[in-house]
Amino acid sequence: MAGEGVKLLGYWASPFALRVRSALKLKGIEYEYQEEDLGNKSPLLLQGNPVYKKVPVLLHKGKSISESLVILEYIDEVWKHNPLLPEDPYERARSRFWAKFVDEKCVPALVGVITKVGEELEKSAREAREHLKTLESGLDGKRCFGGTKIGFADVAIAWIAYWVRMEQEAFKIQLIDQQNMPLLAAWIDYVLEDPVMKEFMPPYDKLVKHTRDLREKLTAVVSN
Amino acid sequence: MEETGGVKLLGFWVSPFAQRVKWALKLKGVQYEYIEEDIYNKSPLLSKLNPVYGMVPVLVHNGKPISESIIILEYIDEVWKQAPLLPQDPYERAQARFWAKFAEEKVRQSVWEAMCSSGEEKQKAVKSAVEAFEEFEKELKRRGTKFFGGETIGFVDIVAGCISYQLAVHEEVGSIKILDSSRFPAISEWIKNFLNHPLINEGLPQKDQMFAYFSKRSKEIASRKMSHKTA
Repeated sequence: MAGEGVKLLGYWASPFALRVRSALKLKGIEYEYQEEDLGNKSPLLLQGNPVYKKVPVLLHKGKSISESLVILEYIDEVWKHNPLLPEDPYERARSRFWAKFVDEKCVPALVGVITKVGEELEKSAREAREHLKTLESGLDGKRCFGGTKIGFADVAIAWIAYWVRMEQEAFKIQLIDQQNMPLLAAWIDYVLEDPVMKEFMPPYDKLVKHTRDLREKLTAVVSN
Repeated sequence: MEETGGVKLLGFWVSPFAQRVKWALKLKGVQYEYIEEDIYNKSPLLSKLNPVYGMVPVLVHNGKPISESIIILEYIDEVWKQAPLLPQDPYERAQARFWAKFAEEKVRQSVWEAMCSSGEEKQKAVKSAVEAFEEFEKELKRRGTKFFGGETIGFVDIVAGCISYQLAVHEEVGSIKILDSSRFPAISEWIKNFLNHPLINEGLPQKDQMFAYFSKRSKEIASRKMSHKTA
């Protein structure tokens, strides 16, 4: 489908950019992808998101939209087929709620696992487990957050599926297992097998290495 | 008893988050039943309706609860289509959502942190707050309209609106100065216009009560931080 000049500025390891790529794919929208070097941001990125200077940035009809969840809403409103958000206002509110919960609670805890050591790391892992358990309640016993098929919240949250697995392997910690979070574990399997959702997930080994390197750099700074 | 069409709002008198929802309902002329919650002694009702956060505001409509103030605003705008809060155009809507998020996470949050912190942390927080205000001022100036979205109050105005009646109190409690009207003329003018609207100004908490409450809260937060440091 013609995208009328759609361009996405992203970064391979960014879960936020992943959201937008998945959304565009689900809607079958053609676009040009530009991989950003975050150490040397392009003028397009700096102009497109002058406030935060972060990816993702969607460029469409000469205008720029930033903030991944804002971009998802924009995409859903411009291209109305294969809707991401449900129709019912209450269900829409629920989808937005869980997407926000993940950003507010799960992200800091999962980032904490990467950036902290010792007792602080234990604390972050504990918090991550608590928040993931709460997140599971958002499934409300269904297969995915959108009900029977992938929707807004699933697209917003899907990156957790591979991040959690990656952190568990890279840092030898337990975040989710079949016993303590069976529904969320099942959702993770479902998402990781979905062809659209997994298409843009970063190469696993590359991400593990990238995260380990990041951790070494950050924890070296802390201990110095 | 007034017919409320099954709309209830759980709030707390001084909560800027609950205030956002009150403003939205009033601007749309939606009747609702207001339930004051003591957030330091939460009712079973609040815990049941917002099991994840246990916080106000919670909007209950047709028996279903919606939490998180900005999400509630979107819900209200979708259910009651009169006096729309968000613009029609998708790009303008995206801009409104972007700036609402900015107003919440950068503007309001930084002022709060500046009020509650001390020493070096406070200096940093004040700097962040001023930077946030500069961005907001720049955007308001660029738009050149009476309110953020145009000539009528909209989504961003409601989200950012808490600073109109709480900022001065936070500055006093925290012994900080952020809103210098010569430095931020557009924001100052916007605040004046916002508070001039009868539905906005109606029923706002009293300044002296806010001062007493935030002074107490600020001290509690400071002493909690100290005990974490010495533990």
